[in-house]
Amino acid sequence: MAARAKGAPKRAAATDGAAAEAAWPLWEVFTQGDQGKPFEHAGSLHATDAEHAMQNARDVYARRGEAVNLWVVPSSAIIASAPGDAGPFFDPGNDKAYRHPQFYKVPQGVRVF
Amino acid sequence: MATTKKSPPPADDPALVAAFEARIAAGESIEPKDWMPERYRKQLTRMMAQHAHSEIVGMLPEGNWITRAPSLRRKLSLIAKVQDEAGHGLYIYCGTETLGVERDELVAQLHDGTAKYSSIFNYPTLSWADMGVIGWFVDGAAIVNQTVLAKASYGPYARAMVRICKEENFHKRQGYEICATLAKGTPSQRAMLQDAIDRFWWPSLMMFGPSDKDSPNSAELLKWRVKRKTNDELRQRFVNLTVPQAQAIGVTLPDPDLTYNPETKNWDFGEIDWDEFWQVVGGNGPCNKERLAARNAAHDEGAWVREAALAHAAKQRRGTEAA
Repeated sequence: MAARAKGAPKRAAATDGAAAEAAWPLWEVFTQGDQGKPFEHAGSLHATDAEHAMQNARDVYARRGEAVNLWVVPSSAIIASAPGDAGPFFDPGNDKAYRHPQFYKVPQGVRVF
Repeated sequence: MATTKKSPPPADDPALVAAFEARIAAGESIEPKDWMPERYRKQLTRMMAQHAHSEIVGMLPEGNWITRAPSLRRKLSLIAKVQDEAGHGLYIYCGTETLGVERDELVAQLHDGTAKYSSIFNYPTLSWADMGVIGWFVDGAAIVNQTVLAKASYGPYARAMVRICKEENFHKRQGYEICATLAKGTPSQRAMLQDAIDRFWWPSLMMFGPSDKDSPNSAELLKWRVKRKTNDELRQRFVNLTVPQAQAIGVTLPDPDLTYNPETKNWDFGEIDWDEFWQVVGGNGPCNKERLAARNAAHDEGAWVREAALAHAAKQRRGTEAA
């Protein structure tokens, strides 16, 4: 995911051409590899609007039938968890062994689905 | 426009560095929002940007032959390959942007000559056989490099490499097919092929970079698992893979010292002309100026397209708002 690093320098563009390019927002691209499969993050790209992003996503990330569907999302719309807080944030899910089937005892010799 | 001046990077907290290096040692993947030493960020940015630039500049020597491809089949393949190189450049630029640098900044560095790209693309493509040999040698060398980079510690870089490696296989095979076809051709076709091999063999070996003893960045990059193998190890692997391929189509690699070493199971090869390598890296190769001029012209001549795309998007937005 193209989430920017904190404190990333935002520099003024060097030339007119670069200025135009800098104004193209960043989009994240998700591809669905096959019908019924989940969408996966493929990468990112710059485009002027959603339609442009969709066309570029097809040309950049689906040149060889890698996708049957595409999502494009403005990168700025993505809210990501903070790696530094991963411990306490995910902790509620980490210490509950009873949520897994292996937690439960089964009489010997019985096949449970 | 940014008004804040870039403050000098703060010295890295030793405890954070230790934790970071422990993660690397445990084989963990580093992601954009993870803490990383400034030096790691800087080295990766340099390396990834050079790699992205190489993909983009790499389109020029091959684009030179699209209109002169000898058949429709060859032309279709070559167009698809050159399009792939543009895609590869984009994957890696996007990966580099996750390190907090803007693409336009990287592109500006390429265009003003301050950024480097692979020295191989500063050699001219003089005949159709060059298209075959570039696919075989240059893409072959790139695969050797990138297969290892696909296990690099930085997640976005590694993932871009996985995607690229899949596509480069087509590049190499189409190149080798061209060579194999010419090798079975007329005497003048065989001569054209051998000439291309003679010109591209040594520059292809130089693609792996300076010898380990002269590669100042290697130790650090290896420690942080940005690189997983040294330049010399990768170069040897490429030679070992390529010699049998040359034998199979009956062409000669231009190195009288090339001999099989039964002890190391390697093909030993002669001394690389490092003066030539540093000359080309330093901007004095046969095509350095031409390549940069072509990139700058393409960028400048495309300015109206970028402006039109922006104007179109703005117009569409106004239309939506008015409706």
